[in-house]
Amino acid sequence: MPLDNVVFWVFAPISVASAIGMLLVRNAVHAALFLIVNFFCLAVFFLLLDAPFLFAVQIIVYAGAIMVLFLFVLMLLGVDSNVPIRERLLVQRPIAFILGAGFVVELFLAIRAGVGFATKAPDAFTANEGGNTQAVAKVLFGQYFFPFEVTSILLLVAAIAAMVLAHRRTRAVTQAEIDAAEDDHQEPAPAYDAEAAP
Amino acid sequence: MVSQAHGLLWLLPALPLLGAVVNLFWGRRLGRYAGWLASATVIVAFGVALALMSQLLAKPAEDRLFVQHLFSWIEVGRFQVGADLRLDDLSMTMVLVVTGVGALIHVYAIGYMANDPRYGRFFAYMNLFVFFMLMLVLGGNYLVLYLGWEGVGLCSYLLIGFWFDVPENAEAAKKAFITTRIGDTLMLVGLALIVFRFGTLDFDAVFGTAGSVLTKDAATVIALLLFAGAIGKSAQVPLHVWLPDAMAGPTPVSALIHAATMVTAGVYLVVRSHVLFELSGVALTVVLVVGLITAIYAATCAIAQQDIKRVLAYSTISQLGFMFMAAGMRAYAVAIFFLVAHAFYKALLFLGAGSVIHGMHDDQDLRDMGGLRHAMPITFATFAIAALAQAGVPPLAGYFAKDAVLEVAQHTGRDAVYVLGSLAAFLSAFYLGRMLFLTFFGRARSDAARDAHESPPVMWVPLAILGFGVATAGWLNTTPEGRLAEFLREVTGLGPGGNGLGVLELSGIAVGLSLAALAVTWWIYGSGRVDPFAFRERLEPFPRAALHGWYVDRAYDTVLIQPAKAAAWITAYVVDARIIDGFVNAIGFSVRRLADRGRVVQTGFVRSYALVLFLGAVLILLYVGVRL
Amino acid sequence: MRTPVAYYLMLSGILFMLGTVGVLTRKNALLIFMSVELQLNAVNLSLVAFSRLHNDLTGQVLAFFSMVVAAAEVVVGLAIIVAIYRRRRSVDVDDVRELRW
Repeated sequence: MPLDNVVFWVFAPISVASAIGMLLVRNAVHAALFLIVNFFCLAVFFLLLDAPFLFAVQIIVYAGAIMVLFLFVLMLLGVDSNVPIRERLLVQRPIAFILGAGFVVELFLAIRAGVGFATKAPDAFTANEGGNTQAVAKVLFGQYFFPFEVTSILLLVAAIAAMVLAHRRTRAVTQAEIDAAEDDHQEPAPAYDAEAAP
Repeated sequence: MVSQAHGLLWLLPALPLLGAVVNLFWGRRLGRYAGWLASATVIVAFGVALALMSQLLAKPAEDRLFVQHLFSWIEVGRFQVGADLRLDDLSMTMVLVVTGVGALIHVYAIGYMANDPRYGRFFAYMNLFVFFMLMLVLGGNYLVLYLGWEGVGLCSYLLIGFWFDVPENAEAAKKAFITTRIGDTLMLVGLALIVFRFGTLDFDAVFGTAGSVLTKDAATVIALLLFAGAIGKSAQVPLHVWLPDAMAGPTPVSALIHAATMVTAGVYLVVRSHVLFELSGVALTVVLVVGLITAIYAATCAIAQQDIKRVLAYSTISQLGFMFMAAGMRAYAVAIFFLVAHAFYKALLFLGAGSVIHGMHDDQDLRDMGGLRHAMPITFATFAIAALAQAGVPPLAGYFAKDAVLEVAQHTGRDAVYVLGSLAAFLSAFYLGRMLFLTFFGRARSDAARDAHESPPVMWVPLAILGFGVATAGWLNTTPEGRLAEFLREVTGLGPGGNGLGVLELSGIAVGLSLAALAVTWWIYGSGRVDPFAFRERLEPFPRAALHGWYVDRAYDTVLIQPAKAAAWITAYVVDARIIDGFVNAIGFSVRRLADRGRVVQTGFVRSYALVLFLGAVLILLYVGVRL
Repeated sequence: MRTPVAYYLMLSGILFMLGTVGVLTRKNALLIFMSVELQLNAVNLSLVAFSRLHNDLTGQVLAFFSMVVAAAEVVVGLAIIVAIYRRRRSVDVDDVRELRW
């Protein structure tokens, strides 16, 4: 049996299973972990599809940065807490499943009509001339240079946005408060209250 | 006729117009002088009229026509109407009557309205009326005539409702205006037809070419429409109902407008348009019949009235009927002579009645009067002269006028008209005698009558002047072909002529009837030997029916007014308030309801929105897939 | 390559569907967000598969950009969720219900 076939048929169920698992578990952290498993499977698929660069980026960026960020926030917000079990929108689940099933069916039909289930990719992947990374770099910095630059700005904006959104207003300590505190022989009032509601 | 331009015709209407304007704006400041100013304008206008008449008489009969073109009023394509004034024999006569009698009435009103708080406004309206009436008779085309026509209607409304704080007066004014409006509108249609057929409204143009332009039927239609206006304005049956109620206005108003001038505008219109009427024989017959019916009907009503002014109102309606009878028999000069004579004695009767009312401290009821000839001798004398004149006692003016009408009827073979006309004349004498004897003879029946006193000179001097006029006016036209007829011949043409009973026989019958009526009324009302009220009781229900005008008003109310009011109420409260408003409200309401039902979609749940999004995506995919 | 491309595409579709169901079904904002990431990744897989099929690196570059943008989006989205949490002490999306009738 060809190697990629085997690998595919090993990791495909794993990825699907981890996705389903992510949907089903109660604990958010567990869900995040399942998602990481899924990302790893996807990385393998990238490798299978002759995209080693993306394999690496997937693991580094997605599993390594994004999911870590998720986990940080999960920890911060302490979301074991009270998420009510009761579903208010009764219609939601059934219709979601039906639509999902319908969607898959549609996709199946589309693929069969379009690409066809027998088509295999050509053996030689000439686009990868000189190594995948180099080829990707050539295209990235050549044809798609402008989007690349724009994306860098986008990242900058995202970073600033995050700082702005997450910022808590602090109040500077006034001299009056310091005097009052000294008069009362008490410690000065804390300038920054980490737990106070904004 | 050859016409000459005259530069000063405008002066005639301008004087009272000036008086009206001054009194409108500064009347309050003028105080007492407002009345004298108003009277002065009319007196001066009368003087101007006399001067113009002497100029007119200096010319041979065919050339007696002055015209003045003031300015071009309407110019639309080929249709042109100028503000034209025209002074010929006919309008000259009317001008003299209007300004002469008008002047006397203005002077009288100075005394009559002396204590009224809106003194200045009254005289402004009176002058305005004289202005419009002069425009009516001086008009050189139908549009200027119509201007005056509408204007006098307006002034009539203003003056009838002068004491508008009393609701009945305002109602009467409204009734007058609306009733005459019916006639006016039909007349306007007639004018439109004239424009349609002739392309012009000018008198000379229309009357000159009428024979060739109009068919008999067209002439009939136009003439009848014009006559409809006359029916309204001159209070003939069936549009007569406003005149008795119009007595709500001050007595000088009744004298001027509703006796001497405005109501005669209809007669003037018919005489002026006689060319059109003659082209259609039918129209003349209609005029005759309407006049005859009105004369008899109104006379029967006059007999039973209890208010002295209402007797005179119905009397006016009846006398106007006589004038239209004459016109319908093509005796236009007779009609005009009747108009002149009537102006004198009717104005005198009204002013005298005003004097009586003044002396009776505003009591107008005949039942409360009696024996006033001792307390108010001058009033009595002049009133008696006027009453006798209208009753047809020679040699007073009314005798000649009435006699002329009946003579024409008899001579042209219209025996039915002659008999019925004589009946109406008898009834006229009857109600006049009744009024005269109830008021001035017998014993005083109330405190007001006992305390009565004569009126101040400013009131009885005009009475005396008019009395003199009444006594002598007969000289103007002793026969149907008398001096006035000769004077008017250029305009009106010859009378119908004819043959029949001689002068003596006719006069004998007429005078005999008048004297008989006076004798009977003396016996019942004046001699004291019969109780007139018991006499009236025995005749019920006829007196009451006659008192109410044989219930014509009530018939109009039931058939026209109540349905109209009901229709208006339905339109306002059912159609508008419920149906239309309901419809509009329903639209709003249903939109609201729809929105209320619809807004539930906005649940606020993000997940619902996402679900719908996904659903849409799936559907689009489906669609695309099927297409491909 | 012995596996037909269509298999990768089907897999991608199934993963996408699972991600969508997760978005629609879950109440926890963070879990919804993670499902969105799953969706994005599924699409990336599909892109790379097509790139392999058509012998064109555009697909891979596109997937790369997709990852970058996803990263930025995660940053901003999590910041928003944190801000909302501070207000309401809850990450239940059903609680953010102001824009309703």
